[in-house]
Amino acid sequence: MSTATLPPITPLTKKDFQTDQEVRWCPGCGDYAILSAVQSVFPELGIKRENFVVVSGIGCSSRFPYYMNTFGFHTIHGRAPAVATGIKAIRPDLEVWVATGDGDALSIGGNHTIHMLRRNVGLKVLLFNNRIYGLTKGQYSPTSEFNKKTKSTPFGSVDRPFNPISLAIGAEATFVARSVDVFQAHLKDTLKQAAAHKGSAFVEILQNCNIFNDGAWFNLTERDARSEHVLQLEHGKPLIFGKNHDKGIRRKSDGDIEVVQLGNGIAESDLVVHDAHHPRASYAFWLSHMEHHPGFPTPIGVLRAWDDLPRYEDVMNQQIRDVIAKRGPGDLAKLLRAGDTWEVK
Amino acid sequence: MPTITEVSLPKHKREVIDQAVIRFAGDSGDGMQITGSQFTNTVALYGNDIATFPDFPAEIRAPAGTLPGVSGYQLHFASNDVYTPGDAVDVLIAMNPAALKMNVADLKANGILIVNSDAFKENDLRKAQMTSNPLEDHSLDKFRLFSVELERLTKTALEHLGLDAKSISRCKNFFALGMCYWLYNRSMDPTIRWIESKFKNKPLLVEANKLAMKAGYSYCEATEAFQISYEIPPAKLSPGVYRNLSGNQALALGFVTASQKSGLRLFQGSYPITPASDILHELSQYKDFGVMTFQAEDEIAAITSSIGAAYAGALAITTTSGPGMALKTEALGLAVAVEIPLVICDIQRGGPSTGLPTKTEQADLLQALFGRNSEAPIPVLAPATPSDCFWTALEASRIAIKYMVPVIILSDGYLANGAEPWRIPDVSQIPDFPVRFATEPNSPEGYLPYKRNPDTLARPWAVPGTPGLEHRIGGLEKQDVTGNINYEPLNHENMVRIRAAKVAAVVQEIPDVVPVGDTAGDLLIVAWGSTHGAITAAMNAQRAQGRKIAHVHLRHLNPLPANLGDVLQRYKKVLVPELNMGQLLWVLRAKYLVDAIGLNKIQGRPFKQAELEQKIEEVLGL
Repeated sequence: MSTATLPPITPLTKKDFQTDQEVRWCPGCGDYAILSAVQSVFPELGIKRENFVVVSGIGCSSRFPYYMNTFGFHTIHGRAPAVATGIKAIRPDLEVWVATGDGDALSIGGNHTIHMLRRNVGLKVLLFNNRIYGLTKGQYSPTSEFNKKTKSTPFGSVDRPFNPISLAIGAEATFVARSVDVFQAHLKDTLKQAAAHKGSAFVEILQNCNIFNDGAWFNLTERDARSEHVLQLEHGKPLIFGKNHDKGIRRKSDGDIEVVQLGNGIAESDLVVHDAHHPRASYAFWLSHMEHHPGFPTPIGVLRAWDDLPRYEDVMNQQIRDVIAKRGPGDLAKLLRAGDTWEVK
Repeated sequence: MPTITEVSLPKHKREVIDQAVIRFAGDSGDGMQITGSQFTNTVALYGNDIATFPDFPAEIRAPAGTLPGVSGYQLHFASNDVYTPGDAVDVLIAMNPAALKMNVADLKANGILIVNSDAFKENDLRKAQMTSNPLEDHSLDKFRLFSVELERLTKTALEHLGLDAKSISRCKNFFALGMCYWLYNRSMDPTIRWIESKFKNKPLLVEANKLAMKAGYSYCEATEAFQISYEIPPAKLSPGVYRNLSGNQALALGFVTASQKSGLRLFQGSYPITPASDILHELSQYKDFGVMTFQAEDEIAAITSSIGAAYAGALAITTTSGPGMALKTEALGLAVAVEIPLVICDIQRGGPSTGLPTKTEQADLLQALFGRNSEAPIPVLAPATPSDCFWTALEASRIAIKYMVPVIILSDGYLANGAEPWRIPDVSQIPDFPVRFATEPNSPEGYLPYKRNPDTLARPWAVPGTPGLEHRIGGLEKQDVTGNINYEPLNHENMVRIRAAKVAAVVQEIPDVVPVGDTAGDLLIVAWGSTHGAITAAMNAQRAQGRKIAHVHLRHLNPLPANLGDVLQRYKKVLVPELNMGQLLWVLRAKYLVDAIGLNKIQGRPFKQAELEQKIEEVLGL
């Protein structure tokens, strides 16, 4: 069809993605910032509104579809990746985003999360990580820190937490990124990069729950400490952080890494240069784990963006097209008569 | 028509009979399922009516020669109508002592017993927990025993081929098959064709299996072991082209047909589980029909991916057995709440828990009817025979789409693996049921996702990608018409009642039941699912003796047919035979206040005709 005769398309705006439904998150919740960022980014993607589908599971984060004026499906706890996989399998042309939380994606739905990632289904997954169960009023989650005192762990949690980024990389995710609810510009930029990725895009968004886990990410978001604890990743740039931009990550001769102070003979050229597009996941895994060592920063931004793997839904549909090309389209009468038959006169 | 190419020598007598039941029994590794299905295919091609009962252990290979490792395949074939695989067997082929021990009780007195005598050494007997050799201790005197050195004879026939000993030994089932073909005067051609195609890249195995089978045939021909061979003429089936069809194959073909007739892509989300996996194996071959099969990471992803596919506009199905149904429960509730079409096949097996994976049972009826949190009604259909699974798949798909509901099909292990001749329908005679997706807003306020069709109460189906119809659905309670989240007390009651009324409205699709047999009388048998054949056989036998009885076989278990309550009143007594503890019985008693009687068998096996007849006579006070 020629596009020349079509009327000019009015560009979409943030308002086009807002619904008439009253938003029912607690005042001050980090989810408002994420909603706002997504509503700002969607109109910029050049995708028709009707082609967006937002799928969610259960939890505070999973109310997300009700507030997005797109096609939306609020499913059941943990199962959003599986529902979304079914949608993408049938309609690879749709832009499907999954809104989920640390409990939804990593606890009850952990299985679906890893299998969606290993298959490289072309979904964008926003994991709102507030390290707590909010909707059930304050139990520890699979990302809560060890010994956390919550309603269900009055003497401290004895669970060790997941690192969602490490888990996603371990599941062979082709796009893995992290941002923070209050870093609006960074968050929008990260979402745009996720949108540009064809395969599974996994974005952990560190989010505050001001009711049940206030200050969940205080050491990363508090203005004075932020630059000392956060390493902002940029592809092709050395790993540098610190208030004065004077600390970096360097490889040691034994393969391990260390934090170094720039100056005194240590130059930027001695530092590790970020390579998000490396086909092997080992570097990204290494990045994702450094925050667990004392003195190391928490990386944010795109850890891994390797888009050479075909999308699951494309492979599935291509296989069908290949079989049809080889055998011709199925003939029902022939199918029913397949194999040995006999006639009764 | 295949012809009999081999002709018996005159020294053997040939007798024409109208039916026979034959059972092949051996170790799981002896190829009994292949042997049985080959014999079945051959007699079906010849034109006999058939019913089969494959019966195998859950273990792939239990220790060789032991009792738990015994696998069997029973076939009833006849020149008249066949309804069951047969209560007792006329011919038993036992490949080892364990197979003999597990099966000999079902052999008729004076029945033919063919045993592989090479497998009755001391060690073999010990593995079967036998203290004396039955081939020598006269315990088999009431049968016509044929001790055949299957191992040695097969080896002699094949030794010139240069095959290894193990491969030669694995051909002995075809030696036994060749004997059976001689015994029933059947052509070996269909099996020869099968062997040639099965081993097409292994010419030596083609030769070996063909030779072994022919050697078995010639053995009977040459020796005077059997004094007699049998001829069972073709059955008088309705004119048409037939094929042999199992229940799982029939479901797969039914769904492909439904996809073609509705114009929707078929999506199957499934997780392997016995005895449902064959549906996945079948459908995964039909990519030329655009069929998309998705082997999910678990039972929950199997159904939820199907829900996603249905939301995106596919004809979506998920196939499983009881334990998988249990895992799918929450997602079934979601499908009820969001009102999308979906077909769920539960191929029932013995339970609870892992239970009897390869054995049949009908004990998931109440789970299908009620097994969800809160009020979540779902239409439930049950096929009666293997080939009926085809029509049930079509009907379930049509109801799911027309009413925007999930629909459950309750098949079972017996239907899934059992086979019967199927008269292949003319596809042009199967009506289309095209789907109309919503394409435009249905009100001045825009698109209202829960604005219903007044006749069916179905909501519109608007798939993502349709401009102007952006909307949100989910598992939270919603307001009718708008679909907006709503927790108001009266709204919830209204929605619960609407969802129930919608499922109840499916009754308009269901024809009134017409009892088979007497229109009123002493006894009505009400049943469902795979018991159809055994009940029909028992009914016919009892009616031939003048009993005033009738049979209603329910395909629709929810909603029930509109006239069922009236029909129940026309008989003095109501008998409900089921392979469970009385689940339909419970429903009928609760719904119709009828003092029905149960006949319940929970052994992982189908009813025998004799068991039913005995109960009928007991209920009639005879």
